[in-house]
Amino acid sequence: MAATDRGSELTMAATDSNSFRDPVLVSGLIRKIQNLAASLESSKCVDTSPHAPIDASFKAHSVAPPKAHPNNPNNSKPNTNRPNRPIRIMEVCGTHTVAIARAGFRSVMPANIKLLSGPGCPVCVTANADIDSIIACTRIPNSIVATFGDMLRVPGSSSSLQQCKTEGAAVQVVYSPLDAIKLAQDNASKNVIFAGVGFETTAPLVAASIKRAAALNLKNFFVVTAHKLVPPALRALINDPDLGLDALILPGHVSTVIGVAPYEFIAKEFGVPAVVTGFEPVDILQGISQLLTQLANGKTTIEIAYSRAVMPSGNPVAVATMNEVFAPCDANWRGFGLIPNSGLTLREEYVSYDALKRFAPEIEATKEHQGCLCGEVLRGTISASDCPLFGKVCVPANPIGPCMVSSEGSCAAHYRYQIVG
Amino acid sequence: MCLAIPAQILSINEDSTAEVSILGVRRVVALDLVPQAALGDFVLVHAGYGIEVVSEQFAQETLDLLREMPELLEVVN
Repeated sequence: MAATDRGSELTMAATDSNSFRDPVLVSGLIRKIQNLAASLESSKCVDTSPHAPIDASFKAHSVAPPKAHPNNPNNSKPNTNRPNRPIRIMEVCGTHTVAIARAGFRSVMPANIKLLSGPGCPVCVTANADIDSIIACTRIPNSIVATFGDMLRVPGSSSSLQQCKTEGAAVQVVYSPLDAIKLAQDNASKNVIFAGVGFETTAPLVAASIKRAAALNLKNFFVVTAHKLVPPALRALINDPDLGLDALILPGHVSTVIGVAPYEFIAKEFGVPAVVTGFEPVDILQGISQLLTQLANGKTTIEIAYSRAVMPSGNPVAVATMNEVFAPCDANWRGFGLIPNSGLTLREEYVSYDALKRFAPEIEATKEHQGCLCGEVLRGTISASDCPLFGKVCVPANPIGPCMVSSEGSCAAHYRYQIVG
Repeated sequence: MCLAIPAQILSINEDSTAEVSILGVRRVVALDLVPQAALGDFVLVHAGYGIEVVSEQFAQETLDLLREMPELLEVVN
């Protein structure tokens, strides 16, 4: 398109944005979902329990080896043997959590459709031990810890970056790792340590910033890598017998980077449908309707309902950048425990940027938050409002766990939009 | 946290950064992950980096598909 047409293109973009919230489209999609739900309802019985019972003895656990899934096409036909309960659809992206809560979609879903929130908030799934590691960096002499704003108030075992800052530590909120590089350039006598938290959307640009630091020959820029990878967590979720997931709403911008190939196992190995979904109301309802269509037809595949931002092949440059700088490693997730190959560590060529290896700060012994059920909320085995602390001692002004701290956390979204169940 | 916002490239600098307009606000973003991005393109920006070049045509196609669903007639009529 010629440069002179850009004005009209901008106008068109604005129109499209409105269209994705068009009440007529929303109503039509809700009707479609109701029709699909009714046809699925007729194929099975439904129980009335809103969700799996809370297991008071639950403890973080390692991922179980793969086992037969109810929808597994290798041993059964989809659509005919789902358990006697509502269809469980999980989203695994904090932006979806907020968008679904804000739109009130749970209240308009048919009785046999249950929308669950999973481990979609990177800040929330970061284990206490990793938060403690970042906090430990504030005690390295002559250092500035640079962090995304989301991390500031997240409690570690006994403190938070916010508390450290109040106590005088040099903690700087940045919008981008680019800002952390600028901070290192402007403070040549200080060590700038960037807290690398985030999924595949974020990891490539942290990798790119490390490459930028290398190109600039910056010797005072370091990173703590607590990045997480989404597909290994999805495998853990599908394997979780407490959940019995029937379908997955896949994250939009993680998929912008990785494309659909890393999700293929969901459909092929487990017979579970999954749709990459955007964030506007129409996007989300369209994603749900495509999932139900797959369940009704008994054909499962990975679809993209967010093609304006996601190419099937993802962004190969971003993936290559991430893979050049980082290598997969096992990682601990809050609520899940160890998930194999679900984290990222710096490759040997870039290990000099690893703050924890370079400075080896003393890290306190990890303690979990007493009574906090963020782990179960992140696994989707309970709803935020089922936690006994929710809305009582744990509120946004005085959060006990990370899911109430982060604006994208399930607990914060439930609290803000007054959702029960 | 994975929020990404489309922004139009207004100028490109020698160090692979670009000045963009995000909803009318100008800021500098890095194009390291979208080396194909050109002047006037829309890029999806996440945490100061372009992560994909996006076309408004895709959005229009998605809408066209949505408008074909029969349930629309039920709610319009």
